[in-house]
Amino acid sequence: MSEVPLEAVLFVFLLIVGIVVGRLRNLFSAAMLTGIFSFLSAGLFTLMTAVDVAFTEAAVGAGISTVLFLATLALTDDTERESDRSWLAIGVVSLTGLALFFGTFDMPAYGSPDAPIHEGVGRHYLMHSWDEIGLPNVVTSVLASYRGFDTFGELAVVFTAGIGVTLLLRSKKAVMGPGAKPIPQRSRAPYVREMPVVRAVGKVMLPFILLFALYVQAHGDFGPGGGFQAGVVFAAGFVLYGLIWGPRAVQQIAPERLLEAGMSIGLLLYGCVGVAALFAGGTYLDYSAFTPEHPTHGQHWGIFLVELGVGITVSAVMLVIYFVFTARPRPRLPKKTPEQSVAPAPRLTAIPELPTEGAEERP
Amino acid sequence: MTLATHWHYWMIIALMMAGLHIVIARPNYVKKLMGLAIFQVSVIMLYVSMGKVTGGTAPVYEMSGEGHDAVPNLDIAYSNPVPHVLMLTAIVVGIATMALGLALVVRIKESYGTVEDDVVIEKNRAEEESLSP
Repeated sequence: MSEVPLEAVLFVFLLIVGIVVGRLRNLFSAAMLTGIFSFLSAGLFTLMTAVDVAFTEAAVGAGISTVLFLATLALTDDTERESDRSWLAIGVVSLTGLALFFGTFDMPAYGSPDAPIHEGVGRHYLMHSWDEIGLPNVVTSVLASYRGFDTFGELAVVFTAGIGVTLLLRSKKAVMGPGAKPIPQRSRAPYVREMPVVRAVGKVMLPFILLFALYVQAHGDFGPGGGFQAGVVFAAGFVLYGLIWGPRAVQQIAPERLLEAGMSIGLLLYGCVGVAALFAGGTYLDYSAFTPEHPTHGQHWGIFLVELGVGITVSAVMLVIYFVFTARPRPRLPKKTPEQSVAPAPRLTAIPELPTEGAEERP
Repeated sequence: MTLATHWHYWMIIALMMAGLHIVIARPNYVKKLMGLAIFQVSVIMLYVSMGKVTGGTAPVYEMSGEGHDAVPNLDIAYSNPVPHVLMLTAIVVGIATMALGLALVVRIKESYGTVEDDVVIEKNRAEEESLSP
């Protein structure tokens, strides 16, 4: 091998970042590094010619997940305690790695066109999806039509996770309890005015980011893109705006009530397209039934509608999660000495005493 | 099976183990979730790497012709689209479940005052002892 392949360089970078994330005590730096990890892996996905996956990873990993980690750190601690090196953990990890390493011996060579994975449906999709679906992007054809039922399930999982996060973190009264206070919401405008670069990115770039999201949504049939990517990019645009001007500023343009409705509207739209196909005489999610005289036209319509549903639900869920995390009041727990922290927490053992304790703590 | 044909898989396994080690060895719940994110990306990478065809292009048809007469070029090699589809949705589901995990971490912090698993276990044990007569 005369020259080092680009993939090897990216793999080495990824490995370094992965190990450094494990060793860093400062969780803020570790959170930023996970964003870099996602970005590097997106580059690697592109080299593996998985452009749709790379697109999603870049938008999700570098855009949304870093923000969520930072929001969690704001509500918890941003430094990790010192801990002893556990030889047991290293042993378990080495053994698992070794077992997986031996497992690869039976795998076909990387990039081999004769690998068993390329037989069966994969070949069918590549050879026949133009006649059956009529879209240049085979990934979109498989995602929204051939495996439409699967994608419907995935979207339901995203929806359920959005509901779960809302239920866990929304009820403010239950956790406000003694001592906690909500984050004071001040306008950030005076600070932002001092920072021309941040202001330019926040105000000038936002319309282009949203326009790009719409392009990705509509152009997913012809190139990399589709509802999942568009939903995440759309949400990331608003999150960027929120990071600069504060979450309250975003709520003025994207009210939470609307987003909560959007979460279910997208999923409903997807399900209804399937039911409409039933009424048109086909099977569930068989879009060809819409236009029997020209099946690919029906496919185009069906895919457009379900991708729209995916985009609406994904962007609404991401934004609702962001709002719920940022609106959570920061807990102000009483300071404890190390001995007390091991002792049983009084509020867990003696629940009836809780109100009086809270009353005493208040000044 | 040689280094030249399989090193991609081995690098991916190394990445996976780096993530797994964080999940097992680090007591901090936020750190554990970061390790889980690294582990998840590595697993996704393993699936995507299997769909790769040497010399193949992305599974988006190269069209020849204009407008309604355009036909895809089926003679060139394309990567397998199936792993791409499965992993694309897995990434978005992954971030949604990650958010759920982080929400649980926030609730643990509010109930226990810590996000270190050994302290949480210690508190649970102390509470059980104080409840049992």
